[in-house]
Amino acid sequence: MKISVKINGKTVERDVDPRMLLVHFLRDELGLTGTKVGCDTSQCGSCTVHLNGEALKSCTFFAVQADGAEITTIEGLAANGSLHPMQEGFWEKHGLQCGYCTPGMIMASVAFLKKHAHPTEEDIRHGLEGNLCRCTGYHNIVAAVKAASEKMGG
Amino acid sequence: MASRVFGASIKRKEDPRLITGEAKYLDDLQLPGMAHAAILRSPHAHARIKSIDTSAAAAVPGVLGVFTGKDFMDVNPLPCAWQAGGVENHVNTPRVLEPEKVTFTGAGVAVVVAESRYIAEDALQLIKVNYEVLPAVVDAQKATQSGAPQIHDNAPNNVCMEWSCGDKAGTDKALGEAEVVIKERVVNQRLIPTPMETRGCIAQYLPATDEYTVWMTSQAPHVMRLLMTAFVFGIPETKMRVISPQVGGGFGAKIFLYPEYCLVTALSKKIGRPVKWAETRSENYVATTHGRDHITELEVGAKRDGTITALRVNTYANLGGILSTIAPGIPTTLYGRLLSGAYKIPNIYCHVWGVYTNTGMVDAYRGAGRPEATFVVERAVDMVANQLSMDPAEIRRKNFIPSSAFPYDPKILNGLKYDSGDYDKALGKALEMVGYQDFRKAQADARQQGRYLGIGFSSYIEMCGVAPSAWIGLPGEGWGAGLWESANVRVHLTGKVVVTSGSQSHGQGHETTTAQIVAEELGVPVEDVIVQHSDTLGTPFGYGTYGSRSASVGQVAVFNSLQKIKEKAKKLGAHLLEAAVEDVVFENGKVHVKGSPDKAKTIQELAGAAALGYSLPAGMEPFLDDTAYYDPPNCTFPFGTHICIVEVDAGTGQIDIKRYVAVDDVGKVINPMIVDGQVHGGIAQGVAQALWEGAVYDENGQLLTGSLMDYALPRADLLPSFEVGRTETPSPTNPLGVKGAGETGTIAATPAVVNAVLDALKPLGVLHIDMPMTPARVWQAIQKG
Repeated sequence: MKISVKINGKTVERDVDPRMLLVHFLRDELGLTGTKVGCDTSQCGSCTVHLNGEALKSCTFFAVQADGAEITTIEGLAANGSLHPMQEGFWEKHGLQCGYCTPGMIMASVAFLKKHAHPTEEDIRHGLEGNLCRCTGYHNIVAAVKAASEKMGG
Repeated sequence: MASRVFGASIKRKEDPRLITGEAKYLDDLQLPGMAHAAILRSPHAHARIKSIDTSAAAAVPGVLGVFTGKDFMDVNPLPCAWQAGGVENHVNTPRVLEPEKVTFTGAGVAVVVAESRYIAEDALQLIKVNYEVLPAVVDAQKATQSGAPQIHDNAPNNVCMEWSCGDKAGTDKALGEAEVVIKERVVNQRLIPTPMETRGCIAQYLPATDEYTVWMTSQAPHVMRLLMTAFVFGIPETKMRVISPQVGGGFGAKIFLYPEYCLVTALSKKIGRPVKWAETRSENYVATTHGRDHITELEVGAKRDGTITALRVNTYANLGGILSTIAPGIPTTLYGRLLSGAYKIPNIYCHVWGVYTNTGMVDAYRGAGRPEATFVVERAVDMVANQLSMDPAEIRRKNFIPSSAFPYDPKILNGLKYDSGDYDKALGKALEMVGYQDFRKAQADARQQGRYLGIGFSSYIEMCGVAPSAWIGLPGEGWGAGLWESANVRVHLTGKVVVTSGSQSHGQGHETTTAQIVAEELGVPVEDVIVQHSDTLGTPFGYGTYGSRSASVGQVAVFNSLQKIKEKAKKLGAHLLEAAVEDVVFENGKVHVKGSPDKAKTIQELAGAAALGYSLPAGMEPFLDDTAYYDPPNCTFPFGTHICIVEVDAGTGQIDIKRYVAVDDVGKVINPMIVDGQVHGGIAQGVAQALWEGAVYDENGQLLTGSLMDYALPRADLLPSFEVGRTETPSPTNPLGVKGAGETGTIAATPAVVNAVLDALKPLGVLHIDMPMTPARVWQAIQKG
């Protein structure tokens, strides 16, 4: 099936197999490998991208469902060569170790802050329960999201 | 230098590529012409393979080949590189695909190689395997009993090995004479490491040169090349290059040589194209190693004043259906020899049964043997305190090895000694941070209101930087190799520094901390240092990263290499300054004449001069380039006290962690931010063992916790923020004074949480609850009270 999707500001058109998952379309067809696959049951959130501004687990969505949509991946988050405040927050607060969950975690956190501009620690922990990290114990991820919210005027 | 770089919380050099999605992990790599493999795995835990029909799968368009174990009989079984020391081991190891018999669900029996992973998975469904299903056993203790199904012909009663350490006669006598003896059966349940990146492998074979390049998710690429070439394929080591690309966590599970890596390597030659296999999470749960899984009968003896006099331990260690690379070494050397913990225990005896069962392979998982030992010791200490109505902090203080006793020989360490420690200081700091006296008052008040608060202690030690080679190697502790590390430092003409290291970083931040050591020693900016690792091409041999050894072994090699560079720079500087070598010093990145800091040559000037070679002292080779190999004289022994406060809802069994305080002493700290991060992550894994995680097999050997829907990995909303403190007792073992920080949290946290829950439930008469302490188990224990 032919689809047209605006990804990180650029429109791409491709012929895709109807069963192809969005995450595989991004990674294998477009080479946007920043988005990760960490499980096969939609638990880990490593594949989180933005679809029309909302966080989406791209492993649980067919590429054809994204026809006509706007998608942002981790590669599209930094604008004009400068890091997004959330990326800065993760770097400054040591919110990552192995880095594998990080793209999904950052994308989920950015979407979370859109709806919770002034989050408490509890809000952040609850808001990120769909994203798993095995390295940090979440301590510094919470600090990173908090720092980003403050930087973004929260 | 104006400010020290060593000891500073500088931001990580590796992060820009990780927070932007630029980093390339295994499954992000694509090679031209690459084919994709999918593996058919046994649905049975114990079965004979009678026949396999691959014809329908082979006929699927896009399939390049379908193979079974019979196609790889020229490839040797994988080696077992660490057998239990000094005893007979009945070794059975995997083949790339099992040709005749499977001993756990998830063992590979066939593989499809196709143009895409989608096609390979489709074809996999069409392979027909005719199995003769055999009875299975999953419990390590039951597997040793008469009438249990026999898994391997060479291992009667499923016993792979029996190993012991300590003083049997002395311990028996001391227990016989003890004023108090407590017995308990403790289960250290099986855990599934679950790095967020699963495993994977890409292999490329070049026929003209008969060479392989293998990319794999490995914590130890040099060791992988050694094992694959020397043992599995029987080819020269020079015919293979192994690369670990960006690796997404390991926690031990990526140390080992796995059948799939060898399978994909063999396939790349058979197919004549590069082949990739990327593990699914479901595969990861059955086919990647698990950790822990001990059943332990412990007996602890003490005097009425709380002095512990003896500890006797009989442990059934589940090794799974077949041996992973270093499986027998974990429940022996890394477990039994740590059973003295932080305490003077004059009589200890440990007996271990290494047992085959029809379950997945068990090997090192973060802490590896040391968490199991710490759990036994810290539970035993609390049991004695409880029996004697002593305060848990007081009994620890009473039995601690005093700071004056170091280096301390706990007798069961086969000649090694604890290097340094001040256990009382760390406990004192933790008590202060938690506000112990205030807590006890709050606890008493809460009990009046029918609320159950509890506090739990864990005063642990661990053994890091496992070495020296002459101690750990054959025939002492059974390790089939050495355990040193290596580093090369080159200061290029431009003054930029390139470090190549045999260590492997998969989240620990070595690129940053190594650069900090270089910057501190040479006086160059951290930005001027690049650290290259994880590729057997261009890095010196190293044993890899595990056992918290990269600071205390690997980075000491970096430090030693820098000393050689500095010596040469001094000689060159003296020459250029027309001074005697004895009259110059290397300080703040410059060689200058003593007393005349203005008469100096910077390291950049010296590197340039050394590289150009226009004016060198007689006999000096050009370039600042040196390599060091470091084999430590001893292990390092971090320690500390963790304290957990919980509230238990007696009506539902729900446990709420109110506070978690950790005081760790890991020796000198290179980057406090990174060490704190290691501690946080370790605590999360240790807490999770106490409360949530556990691999469950049914009696037929089916893994019931085979996905992230069923295996309870902690989520952000389950955990509190951690209160982390430190004391700093430098290690005398190495010149950096570092000990290692990667595993402390995991080792310490589990008993702290369990002891807290049991402290909370003390008024209800609950003395023991198996882990994970789920609400159902807690509630049932309260009912039995």
